[in-house]
Amino acid sequence: MAAPRAFLRLGAREWNARARGIHSMSEPVTPDSSRKKRTLLQFLSDYFHDIHALREYLLRKQILKGNRKNRSFADIQEKYGPYVTGALFILKQGGAVKFQDKEWIRPNERGHFPTEFLEFRKVPVEAVDASGCAINYQGMSNLLPLKELRFLSLQCCPNVDDWCLSRLYLLADSLQELSLAGCPQVSERGLACLHHLQNLRRLDISDLPAVSHPGLTQILVEEMLPHCEVLGTDWAQGLKLEPDQQPQNTPSPVSP
Amino acid sequence: MLRKVLRIGLGSGLSNRGLRTRRGGFTLDWDAKMSEFKKKIECILPGKQWEELYDTSHLPPKQSDVVIVGGGILGLSVAFWLKKLESRRGAIRVLVVEQDHTYSRASSTGPSVGGIWQQFSVPENVQLSLFSVDFLRNINEHLAVVDAPLVDLRYNPSGCLLLASEKDAATLENNVKMQRQEGAKVCLISPEQLQNKFPWINTEGVALASYGMEDEGWFDAWSLLQGLRRKVQSMGVLLYQGEVTRFITSSGQMQTPSGEQVVLRRINEVHVKMDKSLEYQPVECAAVINAAGPWSGQVAELAGIGKGLPGTLQGTKLPVEPRKRYVHLWHCPQGPGLETPLVADISGVYFRREGLGSNYLGGYSPTEEEEPDPTNLEVDHDFFQNKVWPHLAQRVPSFKTLKVQRSWAGYYDYNTFDQNGVVGPHPLVVNMYFATGFSGHGLQHAPGIGRAVAEMVLDGQFNTIDMSPFLFTRFYLGEKLQAYNIL
Repeated sequence: MAAPRAFLRLGAREWNARARGIHSMSEPVTPDSSRKKRTLLQFLSDYFHDIHALREYLLRKQILKGNRKNRSFADIQEKYGPYVTGALFILKQGGAVKFQDKEWIRPNERGHFPTEFLEFRKVPVEAVDASGCAINYQGMSNLLPLKELRFLSLQCCPNVDDWCLSRLYLLADSLQELSLAGCPQVSERGLACLHHLQNLRRLDISDLPAVSHPGLTQILVEEMLPHCEVLGTDWAQGLKLEPDQQPQNTPSPVSP
Repeated sequence: MLRKVLRIGLGSGLSNRGLRTRRGGFTLDWDAKMSEFKKKIECILPGKQWEELYDTSHLPPKQSDVVIVGGGILGLSVAFWLKKLESRRGAIRVLVVEQDHTYSRASSTGPSVGGIWQQFSVPENVQLSLFSVDFLRNINEHLAVVDAPLVDLRYNPSGCLLLASEKDAATLENNVKMQRQEGAKVCLISPEQLQNKFPWINTEGVALASYGMEDEGWFDAWSLLQGLRRKVQSMGVLLYQGEVTRFITSSGQMQTPSGEQVVLRRINEVHVKMDKSLEYQPVECAAVINAAGPWSGQVAELAGIGKGLPGTLQGTKLPVEPRKRYVHLWHCPQGPGLETPLVADISGVYFRREGLGSNYLGGYSPTEEEEPDPTNLEVDHDFFQNKVWPHLAQRVPSFKTLKVQRSWAGYYDYNTFDQNGVVGPHPLVVNMYFATGFSGHGLQHAPGIGRAVAEMVLDGQFNTIDMSPFLFTRFYLGEKLQAYNIL
């Protein structure tokens, strides 16, 4: 009796391994991955056209899955107005919303959120916290009608890239605080189009792995937005002292 | 032993039994054919050298439904859309013939500046740009290949700034109105607003400016080209390095509804000559796409386009010729900041930022008299000193202290008629389709043009963007598609 059950458990583990392999299909090829063991489907697709077609189909499905979450809520917008639509979109993605003069509305661990905001048709949304949400270029069209938005946090959003940042100019009149910390796809090229946001007072661009020179980028962004406080890396982070040079004669901030 | 039997069987048997019919020979020249056959059999026998049959795996296939002449961005885009829009998986066989797989000698894509903007005066160009931006935004959905790295376009969304003087201000305003109607996000700026937004600009002589807020900028053309190559190879398109030397055509007389006699030609075979050898392969094909860029005029002449009395449709040549353009890279530490768009000045000089290190890329479209010699890709450094630098320094004063790092040259597939592209079939050579002549805009319109040509080949009409103003017949009818072009 024990033997068949053990066999079944083994089968389940193999299935899981194959599923993980499917989801890693479109990842960038790194030098380690060629050394890693190839999954069963990868091995078979070299020999069978059907398996190759199956892998292509699964890749397409994976790509299109992200689009469903970011579909446009146009029908809701007609009925409830732009503010409620934007709030509903953010709450469904897992973010938090704050209406003017009201408290923050957040979904709980199960994803449920209170629905009394559906009555706030004329109350503008003033703050959106979309940290970690799967929002992308399409989804931003639900956020852009929020003309009184003052605080926007897009921390650690995996699908926010340079194209999305180029859309933010529509919020230039009201946006005062923007946080892009930890977004893996934002690079210095997208940061260049933030110059439209002249009312911005606080900008957080720390921890951006796609930015090639964080220190230099911060200096250039500070020059671009003179009235804004830019939080990022310390400008001296990229500098390195020569081993034989000592910092002589430099005025130290703290006098001995 | 076997040899003896064969010799008896073939030699005496024939003359005795007489395989000829009573009327005459089986075929003409039966004796020569028999001796050839005997030679082949003797080769197969053990002990003889296997000379007759040789390896042809390096040659292109003998048959292909569509042959695309030119494997640059336009050729690959047409191949991609042909395979994407085919009715069944594997329905169309496509062959792309490219002279140089390293794209170093004569390609226009490699040295390109890579800009994309919607500020055109022809509505179809604006639509093409909008579609191309959409395509580039979702590039990893379109060009996804299993197990391949993602395409990183390095797109800079910094926008494009067009400056206009007094006399061009009205045209610019009309153009911007048309562009906004098509859906481009372009706005007009006055000189005062321009000075506030970009303090490093000298607004002397500028009456009006148009600025693209979104969907404009520049990207890396090389990564797009490589991504397209990978994708079309995975879709089953064959890419061969070679040169098209000859077209074998057949013609027939037809009568137009008004009773005129017209000779319609059809290309039956394409001779593809292999690189660095005299070998060629005749490829039978159903359609030929001329996407040879600057050399499209020569390819069209091979098909007999333009051979006739001047002034007739037979005598209308394809007016695409190579024109050399320089791109210069310079360093200016006090130059404009990170927000610099692609600036196109009234004088014809354009520049954009490159990277984080105060480097700038730019160039100048010369007038007809100042055209550099297109026979080679040598860079004339005096061109920058005399023609480009004065205008740059006048527009952006901090560029007075710039230092040129590098310059390179590339070809435009320049359409001498009206500097706009040619798309669609030729009226007399019925199965040659053009996708060329875009004079500097080919890269940014490539996805849209590829789709239009694929629709024309597969459905016989343009389904999405109507490119009928770009057909070949306008050269004969003399209808110029005049455009207020910036570069």
